[in-house]
Amino acid sequence: MDPETLASLTTLLRQMGEGTLSTLLIFALTLLFSLPLGLLISFGRRSKYKIVSIPMRFYILIMRGTPLMLQLFFVFYGLNPLFGIQPQRMQAAVIAFVLNYAAYFAEIYRGGIESIPEGQYEAGKVLGFTRGQTFFHIVLPQVIKRILPPMGNEFITLVKDTSLAQVIAVQELMHVTEKFASSDVSTVPFFVAAVFYLVMNGVVTRCFTVAEKKFAYYR
Amino acid sequence: MSKEMVSAQNIRKSFGGQPVLKGISCSVHQGEVLAIIGPSGSGKSTLLRCITQLEQIDGGSITICGEELAREEDGKAVYADRKTCVRIGLHLGLVFQNFNLFPHFSVLRNITEAPVRVLKKSRGEAEETARALLKKMGLSDKESAYPCQLSGGQQQRVSIARALAMSPDILFFDEPTSALDPELTGEILRVIRELAAEHMTMVVVTHEMKFARDVADRVIFMDGGVIVEQGNAEEVFGNTQNERLKTFLARYNEG
Ligand SMILES: Nc1ncnc2c1ncn2[C@@H]1O[C@H](COP(=O)(O)OP(=O)(O)O)[C@@H](O)[C@H]1O
Ligand SMILES: [Mg+2]
Repeated sequence: MDPETLASLTTLLRQMGEGTLSTLLIFALTLLFSLPLGLLISFGRRSKYKIVSIPMRFYILIMRGTPLMLQLFFVFYGLNPLFGIQPQRMQAAVIAFVLNYAAYFAEIYRGGIESIPEGQYEAGKVLGFTRGQTFFHIVLPQVIKRILPPMGNEFITLVKDTSLAQVIAVQELMHVTEKFASSDVSTVPFFVAAVFYLVMNGVVTRCFTVAEKKFAYYR
Repeated sequence: MSKEMVSAQNIRKSFGGQPVLKGISCSVHQGEVLAIIGPSGSGKSTLLRCITQLEQIDGGSITICGEELAREEDGKAVYADRKTCVRIGLHLGLVFQNFNLFPHFSVLRNITEAPVRVLKKSRGEAEETARALLKKMGLSDKESAYPCQLSGGQQQRVSIARALAMSPDILFFDEPTSALDPELTGEILRVIRELAAEHMTMVVVTHEMKFARDVADRVIFMDGGVIVEQGNAEEVFGNTQNERLKTFLARYNEG
């Protein structure tokens, strides 16, 4: 390999590595905030008070019913004219992803929570547990076991969805890939990107396999 | 007369406008075994669920161990404040028809979880109690098993141990053998007999007539949301004049 090709390949890999870090940052921050937020939304969605449950239904409808790309545009370009807030590109991406994924997670939690038999709550209550203790010690661990498969799907989708952040010019992996592919007129960046995404999702899949095994000790 | 542990006066309960309990008055005394029999849909479970606070009564009053859980005011039931309700609940244990064990906890943890979290016992102390209870239930070798690895009869014995670990003053059973294969009912009935011999106060909803007759100090026959007949086992099973009860018992004697 001549030195010039080697140098450009090194540059490519370094920049794509940096793009991957941004991708991972979006991925991690999205999960960090949307997993708990989704739980809160699923509580609201299940509330017996219509004043809480109806807005939550509406929220889930909007977040799942409109394109994530539109939501990205809205957070980046729309908040300033409406509320005078201008988030930075990365901030806007994370906000949009968190709001969007929380809606999906809320529905997954809801499915899991509703699959737990009423008798578990009743046993908890009769034994003197508070509602919080019953939920967090009795119900939630069982919910987590049941929602692992759909959560795994969602995590994998998120890894790939981070590429949408390029529409507001976040320097994530896909953005860098596209830049190199068009400037170098080369297909190499595509293959490199594919490998990077596959490695990330390989790790995600592995984590879920391990988690499912860990929960396999009971039915 | 021994101490009155449960006193229910004229309790009423409807589901969606459909009355299910139509004025039930009954009491349970310390150390006695009360059997509740009656056709399916007569309100037996609902009565137990109202006393154990899984349902709220619409009218009437309930007093447990001298503390007023709900009193009647202008024809409606008014409940005590939450703290009192919780405290009263700790006097009662309930064994469910379908066990409702916690599937993600080992047998030992099923029994220790409430004493540790609710009664703030140390884990060591709770485990000691749990092991003693498991021994009594003939399940010493099962403490690290998970509920899904046990037979129905074993699961039900664990659930009895779980209830007993909270040292309730009264233990309620809602058809404890109905979800079990016939050959497994005996082991549960034996456990209840043993508890009766130790003068545990118990209320047992059951379709096991022979068991009710042998073990119960008193029997209540419910039908259509009312108590049709009550008395000692001899009065209820031996020589009742009540037509509904006669018809009900005849069905069991055939079978
Ligand atoms: N949560 C509920 N909602 C509506 N109806 C109920 C509910 N629980 C019980 N019922 C009704 O109340 C009646 C009495 O039920 P139950 O107390 O379970 O009877 P039993 O235990 O004697 O078989 C039945 O007609 C049943 O359908
Ligand atoms: Mg019943």
